[in-house]
Amino acid sequence: MGTDTMHVEIIRNTLARHRAEPTRLLQILRDVQDHFHQIPSFAMPVIAEETGVPIAQVRGVTEFYSFLSTAKQGRFHLLVSDSISDHLLGSRDIAAYLSQKLGVAIGQTRPDERVSVDYTSCTGLCDQGPAGLVNGHWIPHLTHARIDRIADLIERDIALSEWPEELFLVDDNIHKHGLLLNSELPLGAALRKGLQQGADATLAAIEKSGLRGRGGAGFPTAGKWRFCRQEAGEHIVVCNADEGEPGTFKDRVLLNQYAHGVFEGMTICAATIGANKGFLYLRGEYRHLRPQLEAILNTRREQQLLGADIVGQAGFDFDIEIHLGAGAYICGEESALIESLEGKRGVPRNRPPYPVTSGYLGKPTVVNNVETFLAAALITLHGGEWFAVHGTGKSCGTKILSICGDCANPGIYEYPFGVTIREILQDCGAENTQGIQVGGPSGTFIGANEFNRTLAFEDLATGGSFIVFDQTRNVLEIARNFTHFFAHESCGFCTPCRVGTSLLRNLLDKICDGHGTAGDMLELSRLATQIKHASHCGLGQTASNPVLSTLERFPEIYQAHLKTTTFEPGFNLDKALETSRRLTGRDDAQAHLETEGM
Amino acid sequence: MFNLDGQVIPFQEGDTIMDAAMRAGVYIPHLCHDPEFTPHGSCKLCTVKVNGRNCSACTFPAAANQTVFNNSEELNEIRLTLTQMLFVEGNHFCPSCEKSGNCQLQGVGYELGMLDTHFPLFYPQRQMDASHPDILLDRDRCILCSLCVRASRDVDGKNVFAISGRGIHSELVVNAESGLLEDTDLSADDRAAHICPVGAIIVKRHGFEAPIGERLFDHQTVGEWSLDQFDTGEQAWQRD
Repeated sequence: MGTDTMHVEIIRNTLARHRAEPTRLLQILRDVQDHFHQIPSFAMPVIAEETGVPIAQVRGVTEFYSFLSTAKQGRFHLLVSDSISDHLLGSRDIAAYLSQKLGVAIGQTRPDERVSVDYTSCTGLCDQGPAGLVNGHWIPHLTHARIDRIADLIERDIALSEWPEELFLVDDNIHKHGLLLNSELPLGAALRKGLQQGADATLAAIEKSGLRGRGGAGFPTAGKWRFCRQEAGEHIVVCNADEGEPGTFKDRVLLNQYAHGVFEGMTICAATIGANKGFLYLRGEYRHLRPQLEAILNTRREQQLLGADIVGQAGFDFDIEIHLGAGAYICGEESALIESLEGKRGVPRNRPPYPVTSGYLGKPTVVNNVETFLAAALITLHGGEWFAVHGTGKSCGTKILSICGDCANPGIYEYPFGVTIREILQDCGAENTQGIQVGGPSGTFIGANEFNRTLAFEDLATGGSFIVFDQTRNVLEIARNFTHFFAHESCGFCTPCRVGTSLLRNLLDKICDGHGTAGDMLELSRLATQIKHASHCGLGQTASNPVLSTLERFPEIYQAHLKTTTFEPGFNLDKALETSRRLTGRDDAQAHLETEGM
Repeated sequence: MFNLDGQVIPFQEGDTIMDAAMRAGVYIPHLCHDPEFTPHGSCKLCTVKVNGRNCSACTFPAAANQTVFNNSEELNEIRLTLTQMLFVEGNHFCPSCEKSGNCQLQGVGYELGMLDTHFPLFYPQRQMDASHPDILLDRDRCILCSLCVRASRDVDGKNVFAISGRGIHSELVVNAESGLLEDTDLSADDRAAHICPVGAIIVKRHGFEAPIGERLFDHQTVGEWSLDQFDTGEQAWQRD
């Protein structure tokens, strides 16, 4: 057999493993990428032919996700997190050292195809950065010494499976246990109680608990389940574990320690709305967790907590499948997540219809966050009152926070809603705090005069990201990092977000680099507002928040960076003449322009 | 009935705001929308304010008692910005483009009083595809409206086009292993070959058949044309 035939054979086997289902296109492409370290051009027609998906669409999906690549990546593919919390811990320096040590430029593959290095968006290890991924597996606490070891392993061509386990060790860092993190959930206890009391009683308990979605938007959970339940036809339960918001990692910890509870919550939801099929959409950065999650699902199948006739109840059939993402923040948006589950590009859908009426393959679908399902399971076991007595009027219960940045003890903290920011700062050991990014880049940046504010849907809402910045940090650089993040993660569907986030990034770069004028600052504010008001989905609608909230609170920092001229070009005029100088062979003083503004 | 800029607009079950407004003779600027196709909602030019919230008129359902603002200073400013964004994102050289005068992007620019591109140009490097004997694909002019994708899929049943890439790197790709138009089954009779609102997909050997001065938007605005098209039910491609 020739090499080409052998390669095609490998692709056909991959396709067969996934029954060549078009909805599994992303999973198929992930497997192909793992094997060949790229999506080779000869793979696309084979995949297109067997799945029945047009080849243009196979290419469209391939080029949408960051972890898929048409260009050849190294057998060891290293990614360094570009999240702000990793920046604070020196990730840029680490990436430069890595690149120099391995003799490969960032964004490139070494000619021997052994190794490639690049940046990636947040890896979800913000409490133990600078962090990275090697072939999709976490490597926290990157130091020069650890990089030396990694480089040595790579140069000796030691297979990843032979690398010392210690390099991959990730801590959970739970510093404050609250209502959810303290609760014991005996295997199946909540589910049994839920089935015994019936769907109406379960819904009533969740309603009474006041539970609202923990992903950040805060839609009442009981309402979502009830809307979905009312719809006719087959129902679907989806757990959104695409925790992509920079600075958030609480779902990583919940899936590591509390996965039984999460799956139990999904199964209770299935019993309540009448679903047979469930998905855990696991972000690509969390693939390290997959084997243990599969093992937990198997245990639950053995215990009759999943599968057919669950806990002996005839006709209650439900199972959960894990779908792995491939590096796209937008897939945390529920309708984009559903598109991705269907094997497509993660482009948010138009609404209405909402997923509760028309979700996965047009079927009524509940999409909830990891923490929401865990809370739902515990509420089913303990009753609505148990939860509702904590928190504030409009925000019942507790919230699990991922805290990182400038504090002594980054990690996981659980608080009842209504806790003040000041109290949180004290607990995590934050000193000389300049400001906090609450709710990640898409949330709000608050300054020191706002630390009396509270964590609650009626004040500062959050999906769980809490990034602390002390007085030594440059606010403009923070806004710049976030603005670059959004420009990188925009799906490109709508004009304001696709083009606007790039324009915003370029304009902020101009100001940060010391070439901004008063006019540029006005333009920054105008553009940011328009992107916010015209974008299709939450990404575009919040992409300007870092700029808008820092402009509002720290105008003097922006002003200090401006030039006093009225106009400053967005490019270097003198540099633009370089080609002409080369062509004419001139490099004297008169062949150069003054670069000061007018 | 709902209220649009102070005017009472009747609607039918299943109407979007765009459907109802067009039927009542009110123009809402748009580029990615064509009444004949499934609404897409990507260009965002048809952004209207419904009960205080911005929505795409082409996808948002009309409902009783809605208060909708369309022709307001704020919305027209957003539309102008979006049009300028589309101009700087691609490479649009109107004076040398055979679509000039028939181009909806250009027409909308006139409609909105666009005098310059305002933003620094991106000058992207995009691939032109002249491989097909009858059809030219000039990606420099593509505004990613997806009308060709929808036309090829829904009318021609061929799936010749798709959008690839992400964010600012999004691009129109064609359904062939080679990535070239000549290796697809696209034909000059296809709806997809005639739906492009700009000059990205054009049928060869038909340039300048109508001289400049006698083209669609030389004597009427894109708004008038668009409403007229809706009234008569006549299809744009039968005219060009």
